[in-house]
Amino acid sequence: MKTDQQARPDGRGLRQSMSDLHTWVGLLLGWVLYAMFLTGTVSYFKDELSQWMRPELPAQSGVPDQAVVAQRVADELVTLVPGSPQWSLRLPDARNNSVYAFWRTAGAAPGQRGFGEGNFDPATGQTVSSRATLGGDFFYRFHFQFHYMPVVWGRWIAGIAAMFMLVAIVSGVITHKKIFVDFFTFRWGKGQRSWLDAHNALSVFGLPFHAMITYTGLVTLMALYMPWGQQAGIKTAADRQQLNAELSAFIQPGKPSGEAAPLASIEEMVRHAQERWGRDGVGRVTATHPGDAAARVAVARGDGGRVSMSPQYLEFEGTTGKLLAVHEGVGAAAETRGVLYALHLGRFSDSVTRWLYFLVSLAGTAMVGTGLVMWTVKRRQKLPDPARPHIGFHVVERLNIASIAGLSVAMAAFLWANRLLPETLADRANWEIHSFFIVWALTLLHGVLRPAKKAWVEQLWLAAALLALLPVLNAATTHRPFWRSLAEGDWVFIGMDLMCWALAALHAVLAVRTLRHQPKTRAARKPARETVNKPAGGAVLREG
Amino acid sequence: MTSVAGRVRSVGPLVSRIAAALFGGYALAALASVAVLALPMSTPQAVLTGQLTSFVIYAAAVIWVFAVRSALRAWAGLLVVAAPLLLSAWSVW
Repeated sequence: MKTDQQARPDGRGLRQSMSDLHTWVGLLLGWVLYAMFLTGTVSYFKDELSQWMRPELPAQSGVPDQAVVAQRVADELVTLVPGSPQWSLRLPDARNNSVYAFWRTAGAAPGQRGFGEGNFDPATGQTVSSRATLGGDFFYRFHFQFHYMPVVWGRWIAGIAAMFMLVAIVSGVITHKKIFVDFFTFRWGKGQRSWLDAHNALSVFGLPFHAMITYTGLVTLMALYMPWGQQAGIKTAADRQQLNAELSAFIQPGKPSGEAAPLASIEEMVRHAQERWGRDGVGRVTATHPGDAAARVAVARGDGGRVSMSPQYLEFEGTTGKLLAVHEGVGAAAETRGVLYALHLGRFSDSVTRWLYFLVSLAGTAMVGTGLVMWTVKRRQKLPDPARPHIGFHVVERLNIASIAGLSVAMAAFLWANRLLPETLADRANWEIHSFFIVWALTLLHGVLRPAKKAWVEQLWLAAALLALLPVLNAATTHRPFWRSLAEGDWVFIGMDLMCWALAALHAVLAVRTLRHQPKTRAARKPARETVNKPAGGAVLREG
Repeated sequence: MTSVAGRVRSVGPLVSRIAAALFGGYALAALASVAVLALPMSTPQAVLTGQLTSFVIYAAAVIWVFAVRSALRAWAGLLVVAAPLLLSAWSVW
C-alpha cells in the first residue's frame, strides 16, 4: 500500500486514497467489528433472549403492578444485603419478567469488587429460582467490552474499532461516487463484482443507520474516550454532581447519619411516579443508605415511550416518603446525548421498530462480512500461485472463516450450553460463556487445518444444524416445546424457535452457495490491465 | 530502492500519515473538546458538547490526513486548525 503522492502515478486522486483508506481501515479491525455488529444485533432482543435462557420463569401474561413489585423486592433486599449503601432495581416491563437488582456491598475494602447483582421474581420478591445464566446480557456486554479482560480495556478496543468504522463509512462513501446508481445495479454470479455489489447494496441500504449506530456507539462511552474537557472544566465535587445529574438517574450515596430508620413505603413512591408516567412507565428505583435516617430514594422513568435516555426521576426522602425534587429536564447538550444514546439502544421501540432495528443491523453485519470476504476474493485473482498464497492472505482467509462462520457456530453453542449444562454445575453461568469461547477457538483451529472452502462450508452447515435443532433441544429439555408455546400464545418462545429456523435456513443457503462457488482463477496468470500501473495491494476497488 | 534510505523514503510518508491520523487526529479532537469550554454556556453542557463533537472532528481529521497530497500537508493542516483551538483551550485550563 502506498498512499503517498510521490509514490503514486498521476491521476491517482482523492477517491483512490479513500479507497485504500477504506480497505485497510476496514480490514484491520474488521473481525472485531463483525463480532461487535452481530452480538449487538442480537442484543436488540436481549430481554427476550434472557427470558428464553431462563425457561423456569413462567411466561409473563401482563406487566405486574410495578409499585407492588418494587416494595416486594425492596423488602427482600433488607434481609439479603443489610447495610448496603446503595441498591437499584430495574422493574419488570412488557419485555422483562424479572427484576434485575444490583447493590454496593457494605464495607467493601478498596480494590475489592464492591458490587453484587441478582434477578428477582416479581411474584414473590425472592431470588429467581432458575438456572444460573447471564442470559442475553452476555452478548450485550460482549458487544462493547468483550470478555476475559478488564472491562476498561474491552471498552477501549470497542471504541477504537468504532472509530475505525466511522472512518471506513466516510471513506467508503467518498470512494463510491455513483452510490445511488450502484444501489440499483446487481450482478449475480460475477465473482468479485457480485461481492462488491452486495457490499454496496447492504451499505447504501442501511447507510444512515450504519453511520448513526457507529457514532452513537461512541457517544455511549464518550466520557471514557474523551475525558479531557471534563478534567479541565469539572474540578469540584459539586461540579461533578451537577454533571452527573445531567446524565444519570442514579443518585449517589452521600454521608450516612449513623442513625437507624426504616425506609418509608416504596410502593407509595412508585405510585406517585406511575401517576406521572403511566402504569408501566417506571423504569428504576434506586435507594441510597436504606435503613439510615439519611436515606434517599429515586424513582426513574423507563426507556419506553420516549426517544431519550436522559434522566427523569422523582427524588424522595427515604424515611418519610416526602417528594424532595422532580428532575424532568436537562440541558440541550445533555438532551442531545440522551437522544443519541437512546437511538443506539433502541429501547424505546415497539415491536415493529425493534424488528427494523434488528434487520438493518443484520444488514450492517453482512456489510462488514462481505467487506472482509471481498478482501480475499479480490486478491485471490491476483495471486501468483493461488494454491500457495502468501502468509497475509492466508491469515485473513482463516480469520474470516472463524470470525464469520465460526461466530455463528459459537453463538449457537452458547445457547446449546444453556440447555445442556447441568443446573448443579458450579460456576454454571460462567461455563456457558467458556463454552462459547471454547467452541469459537475450535472453529479457528478447524479453519486453519481444513482447506479454506471446505472449512467455510462445514462451519456454515454446522451453524445451520445447531440452529435448526435448537428448538428440538428446547422441546426435549424444557417444559416449553414449540407446540405448547403455540397453544399458549407464548410469543417469546415461539419467536425464538422461528428465529432459529430462519437463521438456520440462512446459513444453509450460504453453505450451498459457497459449495457451488467456483473461484475465477483465469486472471491469476496475467495481471488485469487496470493494475499495471498500480502498486501491489493498492488495486482499484472501483473503476469509475 | 533496496537501500535502507530508499525504504525510509518510500515508507516514511505513509508511516507519518498513519501517525498523523491516529495520534494527531485524537489530539485535535481532544483539544477541541477542551476548547469548547471557552464558549458561553454552562460547564456541564460545554463538556458534553465537546465530547459529542470530538468524534466528528477525529473522523474528519483522519479523512483530511489521507485526502491531501502529501504527509507534510496533512500535518500542516492539523496544526493550522490546532492553533486557535490551543489558544482557546489555554484560556480555560
